[in-house]
Amino acid sequence: MRAYILRRLLLTIPTVFFVTLIVFLLIHSIPGSIIDIMVNQQESTGISVTKLDKQAIEHSLGMDVPIYTQYGRWISEIVVHGSLGESLWASIPVTEEIAARWPVTFELGILALIITQIIALPIGIYSALRQNTWGDYLGRTFAIFCIAVPSFWLATLVIVYPAIWWHYSPPILLIPFNKDPIGNLKMFIIPAVILGMSGAGGNMRITRTMMLEVLRQDYIRTAWAKGLNERVVVMRHALKNALIPVVTLIGYQLPVIVGGAVIIEDIFGLPGLGRLLTQATESRDYPVVSAVVLVTSIVIVFINLLVDLSYGYLDPRVHYE
Amino acid sequence: MRMIKEQPLGTIGAIITLILLVTGIFARWIAPFGMSDPHPLYALQGPSFKFWLGTDNIGRDLLSRLIYGARISMIVGLTASLLSVVISVILGILSAYIGGAFDLIVQRFVDAVLSVPSLLLLMVVISLIGTGMWQVIFCLGISNGIGGSRMIRSLVIGIKSNLYVQAAVAIGAPTRKIMLHHILPNIMAPIIIIFSMTVPSVILAEAGLSFLGFGIPPPAPSWGGMLSGSARKYMFKDPWMALWPGLALAIVVYGVNMFGDALRDLLDPRLRGGAGRYGGIIRKRRISKVITQENSNQSMAVNREKEE
Repeated sequence: MRAYILRRLLLTIPTVFFVTLIVFLLIHSIPGSIIDIMVNQQESTGISVTKLDKQAIEHSLGMDVPIYTQYGRWISEIVVHGSLGESLWASIPVTEEIAARWPVTFELGILALIITQIIALPIGIYSALRQNTWGDYLGRTFAIFCIAVPSFWLATLVIVYPAIWWHYSPPILLIPFNKDPIGNLKMFIIPAVILGMSGAGGNMRITRTMMLEVLRQDYIRTAWAKGLNERVVVMRHALKNALIPVVTLIGYQLPVIVGGAVIIEDIFGLPGLGRLLTQATESRDYPVVSAVVLVTSIVIVFINLLVDLSYGYLDPRVHYE
Repeated sequence: MRMIKEQPLGTIGAIITLILLVTGIFARWIAPFGMSDPHPLYALQGPSFKFWLGTDNIGRDLLSRLIYGARISMIVGLTASLLSVVISVILGILSAYIGGAFDLIVQRFVDAVLSVPSLLLLMVVISLIGTGMWQVIFCLGISNGIGGSRMIRSLVIGIKSNLYVQAAVAIGAPTRKIMLHHILPNIMAPIIIIFSMTVPSVILAEAGLSFLGFGIPPPAPSWGGMLSGSARKYMFKDPWMALWPGLALAIVVYGVNMFGDALRDLLDPRLRGGAGRYGGIIRKRRISKVITQENSNQSMAVNREKEE
């Protein structure tokens, strides 16, 4: 077990290195033509304090030195000083901006994950228990529906139709959780349901498949033979064992949820990391862009690490080589 | 034609996929109007006899735009998936067959790509290389391809230990030939399945990108783009504009998904959790055996009922 944890931790190092390399190469290979656009664009952004010319932009992106020096400088800034650079137009440290924004995305993501499970688990279990009945077909159709319906369309409908029929529109300004918890939850619940639904389909199908597999095991037959009632057999004996792949799936779904959060935050105007990223990409504020992508990716790497390590606790049968 | 009997949903999916292809290819002849012919007098109208699905804010026929949009979805779906599968296969086979340190490094790179949320990656890349259909296809193909190589790799690792591969190595066949003639044909079925599963996800990704303004720029009638930008202001006056593109997208993604599912069940029962289409037969046999053995056992009958 200890050897496995160590090995898994060591393998994380090259992954993190590659993540930094990908983000670095993306941002630092900006073609010259884009710099020209940036010079022209800063008038239209309106947020620039001092006008930057081409050389100044290249300098603040660190592009005036050889590329390996740039990478070394960039990494040492992050590791030694904990600095992710400065916003190009607003001239404030990116870390401050991220610190202000991440709670929104975090809350949206957590709520969405919870809602995914609330939708997926009961329907998946029911589908498996009543395999090939109408309830099962209904559940599976709903799963495909969740996968097929694009979240941005659903969100658009949720905004457009209530506005027309009941003159209702979602709140525009963020309500902080510590000031008005109910209002805050009311604001987040619709975006979170839409975001959660997109993940629910896949989760539902995995839950169903795993439940079907587990329900055929000998120990389930034993449990029935002992005369245990259905609730105990399903919840205590079957579900616990069926849930292990579902936990893995959560790790895989994180990048999708983050991507979805970008779209959902954009539609509902939630000031989270996703909104920051769309705004920064539109105004070509590349230090901000690279910082957001880097931070979210590294967080995902480590959550996946936790997911992998949690197997040992969830499933005592797992023996790490 | 086993499919129609065994996979009714898959058949519906196949029909939807076929409709998408036909509309995409023959868009010019099917669409009643051009994709950006304005009819200013009829702007923002609901469905009518002249404009079956209504018109948008500058009076363009929504049905015609949807039909031309099908062409975009079709081209993006097919070409980006093809590119993605080719990259997956090359990377997957090389990584699995060469193995060792090379495999370790390549797989950490794949881990890294899988950790970067693909939408974020795509937005950044497209903001650098510019919007447009071919840029979107290129980006979607590469990012999906690198992630998808994981699956090909695990398939090849399974095949590598087979006797016929070892025999080929023993008679001194060149590595390139082993990969092309011995390994590739054996993973053809999963490759087709992976391709069919990539198509809907790529279509959705393109729509999402175009929606955010990092995909195919207007006036091209991308289904995602039709829901974004200036159209959003007019939707409150003409809610039909918000309805159709998403509905088309949902139907197509549903259809291609169902088609892919059915294809998977038909081509490769192993990829399914159970025994694929033979699962039912095997289960029935097992149960009838159980019943004959313990005919008097009532609880077993209850068990069987629960199980099925």
